[in-house]
Amino acid sequence: MKYLILIQSNPRTLEVWEQMTEEQRIAFGRAHRELDAEMLRAGVHVASAGLADPSLARWVSVRDGEAIASDGPFAEVKEHLAGFYLIDCPNMQEAVAWAAKVPDAVNTEVEVRPVLDMSGGEF
Amino acid sequence: MQEDLLRALVPQVLAVVVRRYGDFDTCEDAVQEALLAAITQWPAEGVPDNPRGWLITVASRRRIELLRSDTARWRREALPPDPAPDVRGDDELALLLLCCHPCLTAVSQVALTLRAAGGLTTAEVARALLIPQATVGQRISRAKQRIRASGARFAMPTADELRARLTGVRQTLYLIFNEGHTASSGARLHRAELTTEALRLTRQLRSLRPADDGETAGLLALMLLTDARRSARTREDGALVPLAEQDRTLWDAAAITEGVEIITAALRTCRLGPLQIQAAIAAIHSEAARPELTDWPQIQILYAMLHALSPSPMVTLNGIVAGAMVDGPVAALGELARVADDPALAGHHRVPAVRAHLLEMAGDLPAAREQYRTAARHTLSLPERQYLQSRAARLT
Repeated sequence: MKYLILIQSNPRTLEVWEQMTEEQRIAFGRAHRELDAEMLRAGVHVASAGLADPSLARWVSVRDGEAIASDGPFAEVKEHLAGFYLIDCPNMQEAVAWAAKVPDAVNTEVEVRPVLDMSGGEF
Repeated sequence: MQEDLLRALVPQVLAVVVRRYGDFDTCEDAVQEALLAAITQWPAEGVPDNPRGWLITVASRRRIELLRSDTARWRREALPPDPAPDVRGDDELALLLLCCHPCLTAVSQVALTLRAAGGLTTAEVARALLIPQATVGQRISRAKQRIRASGARFAMPTADELRARLTGVRQTLYLIFNEGHTASSGARLHRAELTTEALRLTRQLRSLRPADDGETAGLLALMLLTDARRSARTREDGALVPLAEQDRTLWDAAAITEGVEIITAALRTCRLGPLQIQAAIAAIHSEAARPELTDWPQIQILYAMLHALSPSPMVTLNGIVAGAMVDGPVAALGELARVADDPALAGHHRVPAVRAHLLEMAGDLPAAREQYRTAARHTLSLPERQYLQSRAARLT
């Protein structure tokens, strides 16, 4: 089973970030890299990434067959996806245990979502 | 052709090399490298006259190189003479037992079995399991570390221990089969390889076991009978087709004949076990040319026996569905209400799907629709979700 661990950025997480010392921020980044390595060693890692600032995002839509990329009217959005871990492990309980190791979970919280797979039992 | 040859040879070669040198961990890496060398060299240079000897030589050489890169003390060791091609049936069984050792997690057993006993490359295992190669590599090397730490050896256990350990081997093979079997589209091509591999290894296991091993026969029959429905159980667009609506002319008649023969013989001569009962249920479905000809009373009895031997939420739910075909949906809904609070079933994603099916049978379409929608929200499978949503839509 695959699970996506989502790390959101919002006013609350920003406040925690603002209050961190430089050393704490460095340790925070290192903890993410170490978690990556730990997931790989454990054989559960599928993919992980931190996302660039949402100001660099483009919103894409297709109208009349034409693709339009814009900055988006969503500047006022208070929460955005800041990063994720995609892992492959047997059940939600283990996924939750991995999520608890994400540095952000200590400061605020992270979300774990099961990923739909292409299996299908017979009815 | 070459792929079939390699998959048959890899476990034999690994057994010979491990028997000679003892270190399963490095030998398995070395054989994997010999396999990769064969895949690149044989198409260009032709299959060697003695492919097994070739693989053993290359693996032995690679083993030395791997050890050399680990420690300098191997640097001066001369390449040992090629071991005699000494192939014993027990080797393949001992290898399967080691790959499915109880000290390993199920996911590690699957990865290691596919590579070491199945002769797949790491890349093939990764494609089939839909995870990155590096992750598969880690799972395999961790599994081997764990085997080493547990002191498990490449050897045949005593008869009593063998019986117990075979249960684990069958579970792993069935897990591999299901990973492939339930893939309904998209990655179907690579995942179907898992089904083929599981069938091949189960056949091999059965040929290595005495005739009184009914559960291995049951597993093989169950796989054959389930796989026989493969082309009928999904439409071209990947949508699931329920058993009652499948085009039965698409079922693989040869696989059904073989599966029915195997399970019939096993039931006559062996001690009964859960896999044999599941195979017997699959055989009854296979023998009905039309859904309405299905011997539901027999299936209901078999589910009751299965429940007594090996209870699980799916057995309970399938038993209730079979009961509905015998005693009607109202009685089955009562039975479902009675067991739905059982902690093992509470929150099980199939409960609302079964309730929806029973309510539809009973003619309570609005309630059935609601339950199909709930079931669609609970499943972790995209094809199942689409199927359940379409059932709900059909009732509006």
